[in-house]
Amino acid sequence: MTLASTDSASRITVGGRLTALRVPPTVALSFAVIALVIAWSLVPGLFTSHSPAIGIPAHKLLGPSAANWFGTDHLGRDLYTRVVYGTASSVRSALIAVFIGVFAGGLIGLLAGFLGGWVDIVFARLVDVLLAIPKFLLAVIIVTAIGFDTTNAAIATGVSAVAVFARVMRSEVIKTRQATFVEASFLQGGSRWHILWRHVLPNASRSVLPLAVLQFGDSILVIASLAFLGYGDPPPASDWGLLISIGKDYLKWPWLVYAPAFVTIATVLSVNRISRWLRKTD
Amino acid sequence: MAPQDRLTATLRDAETTGPTPWRTAPLLRVDSLSVSYGPHEVVTRVGFELGRGKSLALIGESGSGKSTIARALLRLLPSGGRATGRVEFDDQEVLALPERRFRPLRGRAIGFVPQDPGNALNPVRTIGAQALEAAALGGEPDTVIRKALVLETFAQVGLDNPQRVYDSYPHELSGGMQQRVLIGLAVLPRPSLLVADEPTSALDVTIQKRILDLLSRLQHELDISLLLITHDLAIAAERADSLVVLKDGVIQEAGRTSAVFSSPASAYAKKLHADVPALNPDRYASLRDPGFRLLDTAAGNAPKIEVSAVTKTFTVGGRILTAVDDVSFSVPAGTTHALVGESGSGKTTTIRLLLGLEQPDTGNIAVAGEQLAGRSQQSLRSVWRHLQFVYQNPFTSLDPTWKVEQLVREPLDRFKIGTRSERAERVREALANVGLGEHLLSRKPQALSGGQRQRVAIARSLVLKPDVIVLDEPTSALDVSVQAEIVEVLLSLQANLGLTYVFVSHDLALVRQLAHTVSVMQRGRIVEHGTVADIFDNPRQPYTVSLLQSIPSGVAGFSRVPHPHLRRIINQEKIA
Repeated sequence: MTLASTDSASRITVGGRLTALRVPPTVALSFAVIALVIAWSLVPGLFTSHSPAIGIPAHKLLGPSAANWFGTDHLGRDLYTRVVYGTASSVRSALIAVFIGVFAGGLIGLLAGFLGGWVDIVFARLVDVLLAIPKFLLAVIIVTAIGFDTTNAAIATGVSAVAVFARVMRSEVIKTRQATFVEASFLQGGSRWHILWRHVLPNASRSVLPLAVLQFGDSILVIASLAFLGYGDPPPASDWGLLISIGKDYLKWPWLVYAPAFVTIATVLSVNRISRWLRKTD
Repeated sequence: MAPQDRLTATLRDAETTGPTPWRTAPLLRVDSLSVSYGPHEVVTRVGFELGRGKSLALIGESGSGKSTIARALLRLLPSGGRATGRVEFDDQEVLALPERRFRPLRGRAIGFVPQDPGNALNPVRTIGAQALEAAALGGEPDTVIRKALVLETFAQVGLDNPQRVYDSYPHELSGGMQQRVLIGLAVLPRPSLLVADEPTSALDVTIQKRILDLLSRLQHELDISLLLITHDLAIAAERADSLVVLKDGVIQEAGRTSAVFSSPASAYAKKLHADVPALNPDRYASLRDPGFRLLDTAAGNAPKIEVSAVTKTFTVGGRILTAVDDVSFSVPAGTTHALVGESGSGKTTTIRLLLGLEQPDTGNIAVAGEQLAGRSQQSLRSVWRHLQFVYQNPFTSLDPTWKVEQLVREPLDRFKIGTRSERAERVREALANVGLGEHLLSRKPQALSGGQRQRVAIARSLVLKPDVIVLDEPTSALDVSVQAEIVEVLLSLQANLGLTYVFVSHDLALVRQLAHTVSVMQRGRIVEHGTVADIFDNPRQPYTVSLLQSIPSGVAGFSRVPHPHLRRIINQEKIA
């Protein structure tokens, strides 16, 4: 609930900023890339007339051309179409991962920072344990435990990001809790919960937002890596990581790797650029 | 004007001018200087002259461009800033000079004293290491001689133990000592011009006076020209030979201090003059008088606030620190009680005890007859319903993510007062009371000026219609002219609504304008208390006298010669 509301609020301010501030060209380009990726994931049918699953065997392993922008794969399927149709799954799983990270990590950080005392100690040790395990290894362990599936890979990625969000949130909450306006609200009759939800959370989440955007890019990479290793949905799914993974078996036809890799890199770089810009304007 | 009057006037002028050689070229000549950031012009065609060994003050509120002018002179404008016009220093046009040829001037021929001494020294290096660096600018290659020079300068700027200061890190020195070090470093290479940007605004009043005395003394001893930047007309008039009054980057008035100060011609200079509390102690007499009548008749009634024999200690690093020591005072309803003293005197702890944010070790505090001691948070809430607080700094006391309307409505929401429309009505009423329009309702604090923010904070404490408002230096972060507006708002609210104020301040001039009774605090104790007239006209404690003396009077030399009565007290102190 709270996450949804901060989300929509941030979207409004982003929109306002776009018109109010002069957006640097690279940021505008990044927004264009992200808009295209979102459009691909929502209505893939508008962007291509080919089918992602059924290929024409006679047209297998063709190089990039006007008819097949990214070329075709070993079954004669249009690679561009497969990238477009794979977007939805990649973006959705990245969103799930970010949501889990922000929500669980944010909650842990908020409670630890605000309540302090033994709550803080318990949560801090938990976060230390999470941080001690390499992120990717943790994701692999979790996805092995709960089953090979793209959604599970997303959940695993989200869990591995919890610690970072908890740390950042906790330090922001501690900073905000000591602010004069928090004491002012207390003197005006505000209860602890009121102060926590209405004063501390909005102020602390201002610096968590750019981190969430950054984490979105990171999650796409981690999920692609998991898919590459075969921890995601099996073929004929066309997650970006899976496409790269299949492509690596056909080294003589390098576009099979380059095309989905390029799309992944462009998306991640765009998201990072936007995150950096968000942090600067705040 | 009779002939003999004219003669004395000329004589007086000659006296204030001092024995300078006639008709020498001025040291600094600024001619139609304009500074702009992009398309935005912040300083427009400013011109003035500063003679050798003379002093000139640039006066104006924040945003008037006074600091920008100083930066332009030192060629330290932030990137994007562009200065046009002519700046001649020592017969040399400096704006067009390449940086390579200007650098030898900055720090050597033109010294700079910054506003906040806390930020100007490197915290991880000793004062000595930084001073040697500054001394190297003078071109002295021998470190031993350089160190001797540094120690000599430290003694000259009034640091008692130069060697100890030399070995200290910045955090081991007080703000006043840090500022002395910085002034010392600035005058070390014997500059011919010293630019001081609000050199005392971050310091206590008594220290403020000593630092200004030091600057004046060095100016005469070392024959340095002083360019003083300040927002306080009284300080400027006391310390400078000529004044330049700025507003929005445009000169409003300029001339000899005696002329500008005693008979300001421009409307803005007149307003500035009227806004300085030290010069107009009885400005709000008509608004304040009802309180004095209440004070006279209050003898029999129970006071609104009663603090009796309150003591509070803190344990800091194993040492026991008595922050508030046996403090008692009472405030009759409808009057203003001022707590004055330097920082560290226990003022802030006293009001935190009064608000129930801290618990006293011993003693009692009663607000409107209700004891505060030992209350739960729930029952403290019912006290806060009638007792509100205005913080010192409006830049931190308002949540930056909230809108004005939410901020002012918050107390009503929390105490569940009235229906939705009644709350909206009371918010508008409170904002109107402090003179803010409804168009500000949907703004966030970021989009408000400092004065507007503090008005919002006052409106927020008014919206509950409390009986008592505690104000912790509510105007110290604001300009003189904004301060005057806030004070007027506060006093008219008191006159109309019968509010009781507890006012904490280190600015005695301001206290004289608005308080009815005063307690002077020193090291946690109340050393003297009484009505405003008692304290200001007939102080008994040397500490009070020294506080009173540090009020800038606006008359050069005046504050250094104490009133005969004060001198008697000081002599008694010396004998004792």
